[in-house]
Amino acid sequence: MDLRLEGQFNDNVIVTSLDYFINWARLSALWPMTFGLACCAIEMMATGASRYDWDRFGMIPRASPRQSDLMIVAGTVTLKMSSRVKKLYDQMAEPRYVIAMGCCATSGGPYWQHGYHVLKGVDRVIPVDVYVPGCPPRPESLLEGVMSLQEKIRHQTIAKVG
Amino acid sequence: MLLDYANVLLFLSVGAFFIVFNLFLGSLFRPNNPDPEKLSTYECGEEPVGGSWIQFNIRFYVVALDFIIFDVEVVLLYPWAVVAQEFGWYGFGAAFIFIVILLLGLAFAWKKGTLEWVLPKVDKFREAMVRPLVGQAA
Repeated sequence: MDLRLEGQFNDNVIVTSLDYFINWARLSALWPMTFGLACCAIEMMATGASRYDWDRFGMIPRASPRQSDLMIVAGTVTLKMSSRVKKLYDQMAEPRYVIAMGCCATSGGPYWQHGYHVLKGVDRVIPVDVYVPGCPPRPESLLEGVMSLQEKIRHQTIAKVG
Repeated sequence: MLLDYANVLLFLSVGAFFIVFNLFLGSLFRPNNPDPEKLSTYECGEEPVGGSWIQFNIRFYVVALDFIIFDVEVVLLYPWAVVAQEFGWYGFGAAFIFIVILLLGLAFAWKKGTLEWVLPKVDKFREAMVRPLVGQAA
């Protein structure tokens, strides 16, 4: 018995109201995976702590991909790590989102030209929703990234697409 | 009297309904795309090798305990060696006593046969338990 309602109906007033509710629930509890790869992780931890306090967004870092919705790739993704990043992303429950934090995760950053060991942007292995520039980005930037992601989630729909 | 427990029953049923109903609601809306990669065991991103229920020899435990004797010795003797000159005979005596205590432990473990990896076939404990009984019977 498949009761799944996702993608079953065309856009109508019930679906959009439901969308509003579901998206509100999803964007208000983005649980990030504890996933610090390099120096950006220090800024990410600062964002989570008292001064910037992403608990305001309902964000609680989880140590397991099974319980996380959001992967903040905070730092340099080396080629060795990239297959692990891919695996961890695959193991996350859906819906799952990715924020590429900092230049390294976005494009390879300072390792763009001569970094023989660095993946030139994490979007080469996993789909990225929001890119946060900076080296490393300040906590304000990361919060802006989180809010951009929330805005993105706000416009999701369970209606039939196309 | 018995009716007072109706409260408990009410709480239980409302609680059970709340959980079942919300799980049902969630199953209507949540995406469901299982694939082998997603269902694979979480090992911090590593490929898990073999099962988690493997057996290994219990004697590794004793070897680890033997290792701790030398481990503790080294951890304390290194800082001691740095200031050994200043400590003089008093420090020498203290370290000596310390080593003797550890050596006693090592001697005990040696006597017990924990340093032997290949154990003798004869079970000395079993022999000790069985022989007196045999003697009684005769």
